[in-house]
Amino acid sequence: MSDASLKRPGPQQRAAGPGQAAHAPDRAQPARAGHGTGAQAVPVPAIDIEARQVAKRFGDTQIFSDVSFRLERGRATALVGANGAGKSTLLRCLMGLIPVSGGEVRLLQQTATQARPAALRALRARVGLVSQKHNIVPRMSVLSNVLHGLLGQQGGPRHWSHVLAPAQSRAQAMQALEKVGLAHLALRRADRLSGGQSQRVAIARAIVSRPEVLFADEPCASLDPQAGEDVMDLFFDLARRDGVTVVFTSHNIDHALRYGDRVLGLADGRMRLDATASSLHESDLRGLYD
Amino acid sequence: MTDLTAPARFERPSAVTFLGYLAGLVLVFWCLSGAGFSMDKVMTSPPRFADFLSRAFPPNLSGDVLGRLGWKMVETLQIAVAGAVLGVILSLPVALLAARGLIAGPWVNQTTRIVLGFIRAVPDIAWALVFVVAVGLGPFAGMLAILIDTVGFCGRFFADDMEATEKGPAESLTATGARRLDVVACATIPAAMPAFVSTALYALEKAVRSSTILGLVGAGGIGIELKVGFDLFDYPTALTVILMIAVVVIGIEQLSGHARTKIIGEQR
Repeated sequence: MSDASLKRPGPQQRAAGPGQAAHAPDRAQPARAGHGTGAQAVPVPAIDIEARQVAKRFGDTQIFSDVSFRLERGRATALVGANGAGKSTLLRCLMGLIPVSGGEVRLLQQTATQARPAALRALRARVGLVSQKHNIVPRMSVLSNVLHGLLGQQGGPRHWSHVLAPAQSRAQAMQALEKVGLAHLALRRADRLSGGQSQRVAIARAIVSRPEVLFADEPCASLDPQAGEDVMDLFFDLARRDGVTVVFTSHNIDHALRYGDRVLGLADGRMRLDATASSLHESDLRGLYD
Repeated sequence: MTDLTAPARFERPSAVTFLGYLAGLVLVFWCLSGAGFSMDKVMTSPPRFADFLSRAFPPNLSGDVLGRLGWKMVETLQIAVAGAVLGVILSLPVALLAARGLIAGPWVNQTTRIVLGFIRAVPDIAWALVFVVAVGLGPFAGMLAILIDTVGFCGRFFADDMEATEKGPAESLTATGARRLDVVACATIPAAMPAFVSTALYALEKAVRSSTILGLVGAGGIGIELKVGFDLFDYPTALTVILMIAVVVIGIEQLSGHARTKIIGEQR
């Protein structure tokens, strides 16, 4: 399968999926400027992720509150903030991995908060996650780890290991490995890889299901600077090539400005910054860490 | 200025703590009394023990006795291995039900843990008596006793092992939309596998030790030979049985330790 077959339509192209139109017709169809006046249609980018006054608390500790934003399809958004600001927690709330304490999250035009487990699983099958500690299964092969990325779409024992997997899934996983440059290590045990290679496997696992949204939680925090740069370059090359919406957290201001189209900053339990990366300087972000 | 005087080595216990220590001491003496502890018997036992050794030594190493005991020891190992292997296999689904936060809800977790606690609370020799009544005399009753004892032991520890695994890989698979069973099969069980191997090997050692005495209640194995030896005052044969059990149990422990190092060492 060629790379082209994996590409998603661009922000304007992938507007009206049959199931999506019912949920968000206003975002799925191009809006018209000067409605009713006969003016020319101006396409409005679809929104893949929307947070409405989202709040999260653990027990008596308020992590954040009143967090609202809308993230456009095909764009990369950096989520920055000091340790404990709630970046990773917010990311998990967006994916429905942990419940919000207040507000609403809409993911791919569907309400993620309060969704039934089956609906939430179906929604998650359309997204991918790359974690700081890569979180691959150490005692399994690289290929099996990548195949696990297909479990949301095709669950069951046939995707538990590369030994049992259908030929089509194996080919899909090999293709993902090829994209991250690790096809030659498909049968190596995952715990015998370097940190950078492990993170590449995690990326392959995240992209193998051709997700529409990719979440990355400090994807290069556990890597040395060079390996970190390589992983970030690879991750964003793949995401941009396929038109995937990306939300990533980072402590690296340079990464936030270089790889993000937009930067959101959390501090003191509130969203303190929301701006395009091109309008920001490093000094604008440093205030979040004071 | 900071006081640099070293603190007292021991803190003076509070009145309640002191009473607690005193109660503990009284409890120990009460138990010793209940157990018939007698210094007089302790002092007079060495000569009796020496008398037993003098009548038991040398052990009976005649060909027909060794052959008979050898086959009984093989049967003992068969009981232990069959019971332990089936027990370990059955423990996995039971442990999945007992482990909190995996595939079953809190009520199922708690109920399964109570059942496992009950199984462990009953000694293996008591299970053997129950199965002798249920399926009759012989090694099958012993195997069932080992099996259920292994389920009680491994079911609990497999569940604890799975609960203690790192949650990251499981979360990453959950994030792909995987179902709970898929997450457990692909992330939790592989992560807990070294602990499973260690626990299973320990269960096998335990099964071999237990199976040597199940014959005392008619549940097969070499234990019946030990009982007959003492009942007929045939101490040389009884000593042979004891030495044979010791050699096999120590051998199994050594093999198990070697296997544990090889398997877990390679996987880590």
